[in-house]
Amino acid sequence: MSNPISHAFKKAKKENRPALLTYTVAGDNSKKQSLEILKSISKKVDIIEIGVPHNTPVADGSQIQTSSYRAIKNGIKVNDIFKIVKNFKKFDRNKPVILMGYYNMIFRYGENEFLKNCKISGVNGLIVVDLPWPENKKFASKCKKRSIFFIQLLSPTTTQKRLKKIIKDSHEMIYFISMLSTTGGKLKVSSKEILSNYYKIKKINSKKNVVIGFGITEKTIKSLKKADGLVVGSAICKEITNSIKKRQNPVTNVYNVVNRLRNKIK
Amino acid sequence: MKLKKGIPVIDQGDKLGFWGGKFGGNFVPETLKKPIEDLEILFNKLKKDKNFINERDKYFKNWVGSPTRFIKLENLTKYVGGAQIWSKVVSDANGGAHKIYNATVHCLLAKRSGKKVICGDTGAGYAGKMLSMAAKKFGLKCKIFMGAKDIQRQQPNVRAIKKNGAEVIPVYSGSQTLVDAVSECMRYWVANCDKVAMCVGSTVGPAVFVRICGWSTSQISRELKTQLVDEFGSVPKKLKLYNCVGGGSSSFGFWNEFMDYDKKQCEFIGVEAGGPAKSKKHAAPLTYGSKIGILHGAAQYVNQNTDGQIEETESISAGLDYPGISPLHCFLKDTKRARYTAASDEEALNAYKLVTKFEKLRPSLEPSHAFSIAITESKKFSKDTIVVVNSCGDAYKDRGIIEKKLGRKYV
Ligand SMILES: Cc1ncc(COP(=O)(O)O)c(C=O)c1O
Repeated sequence: MSNPISHAFKKAKKENRPALLTYTVAGDNSKKQSLEILKSISKKVDIIEIGVPHNTPVADGSQIQTSSYRAIKNGIKVNDIFKIVKNFKKFDRNKPVILMGYYNMIFRYGENEFLKNCKISGVNGLIVVDLPWPENKKFASKCKKRSIFFIQLLSPTTTQKRLKKIIKDSHEMIYFISMLSTTGGKLKVSSKEILSNYYKIKKINSKKNVVIGFGITEKTIKSLKKADGLVVGSAICKEITNSIKKRQNPVTNVYNVVNRLRNKIK
Repeated sequence: MKLKKGIPVIDQGDKLGFWGGKFGGNFVPETLKKPIEDLEILFNKLKKDKNFINERDKYFKNWVGSPTRFIKLENLTKYVGGAQIWSKVVSDANGGAHKIYNATVHCLLAKRSGKKVICGDTGAGYAGKMLSMAAKKFGLKCKIFMGAKDIQRQQPNVRAIKKNGAEVIPVYSGSQTLVDAVSECMRYWVANCDKVAMCVGSTVGPAVFVRICGWSTSQISRELKTQLVDEFGSVPKKLKLYNCVGGGSSSFGFWNEFMDYDKKQCEFIGVEAGGPAKSKKHAAPLTYGSKIGILHGAAQYVNQNTDGQIEETESISAGLDYPGISPLHCFLKDTKRARYTAASDEEALNAYKLVTKFEKLRPSLEPSHAFSIAITESKKFSKDTIVVVNSCGDAYKDRGIIEKKLGRKYV
């Protein structure tokens, strides 16, 4: 059984463009509204990333922190997130969904129980920010058994030796963090440098789909469109915050941002 | 789970940095793997290097000031009427608390690694104050992350940090206390780890930080052991070591040299912050049976809800106001080498009143927690029992809180 994530990359490649991945936090700004946002952007997006909000997020900048705290304050629980995924999949059953979060949420829930519910609700991949290689080996193989992609993260600080080992253990999709930064940082290195790091990864194994994330906005997305996929998170979370401030509808505003992002890489 | 003899506890973790197979580790973003590994290699090399140890000892002796006093609290002993109550006055150390040991070592390591900037977290403000002192001494730029609530309640230390030329970065997220300061400091390191060294202010964080901190504060028990032998001719037959536990750096350092003694001879008692008597919130994960979870890169017992969100804590003492606890203490608890209990805000204040009434000693609110339990338990002990309390901080930083709670005359 193949994973819809692979299809999404194939389709984008056929259209000669990078896959577009969006990140929004489950439950931001409410359970209902976050589902509405996903539904509205779905046709413009190749892979949906849903953040599992955590209240001690050591790798997130202020935008995603704000979204996460808002979602938690509005009462989101892990079980609600599975419900959101399930309902989203009823709406667009083939759209791949990745959950992204911190390990304590999975640990507390129980790895097996968590994966069981991922399977039931239709989650296709997992990114666990603070479960690096080799600590993630056991969990990654549990994911594989259930045909859920465990998505390894690579960073500019990852040594060549380590790159090789991680790529060898990785599933079909890999996430490359563009620069030394938390999420939401300004792109502080050139796209040329990012792509050169990206090609180092591709050179080790060209079959892996490598997405680039961190610092990608409407301004920067075009310069990186040679990648297999591009992830936009903070720029979208920020739009939700701004919409609330301006008392506008986040659903339409987020759709507009995503639409513009998509137009820049098509 | 077993504690080994003859091997320092900081070195009893496995390859992945887990003590007892489950506490500690390195739950960090990929970006930090390399800088953490670099620091591990450097630390493992230097801790065996005679020159480095001599350098450390030279600064501990001449700059930190060693040994700190070991004194008998005669009046308090008489008043309590049980065990002999002694104190290791660690607040004698330069800057007024044990945080100076870890700060000094981190700055020495940063120098060796060629870094020019060091960042650190602080709750009570001592870790920040000491890091700013050491950074100044060793010519490093310094950034201190501190919760906005702590900035308000620990002003004397904030002023000291600034006076030493360090930048204080207020943290407004979450409960605006130590837990948020550590998170923000880690985020800053994620974004700047190529140029900046990080110091974690207690025996918490990714495994190497736990080890460096424990290695540094162990100076306290090295001194104490010599002082005990000088005073009693040998390590007493009934010795009880009381220490407050926030992250666990002072307590670990206070106990380390006595680890291999039978606990019937040298008992360790860790006192956590129970919070206000009327509040459900506390900062005592070991005492109240919090479940294991991951906080700031390490698996540990930590206050959290069923969903895995870290819970807010409450304590009158900023230094103890932390939802987690060092993996070292989780290990010492589960191997039953140490015993843990909690004192409430009110009990700590009462102990502060008693100690300052009878002695020329002004323990800050953190060690006042330890005094509270030590005083209560000492009543039941025989006269040949030697109780030692680590007075690891000076109350000057708490004058605002003490004046508000107890009135002017106690300041
Ligand atoms: C005086 C004092 N004692 C104790 C602590 C608690 O930390 P630890 O348990 O690491 O010693 C602090 C922390 O800031 C402190 O300032």
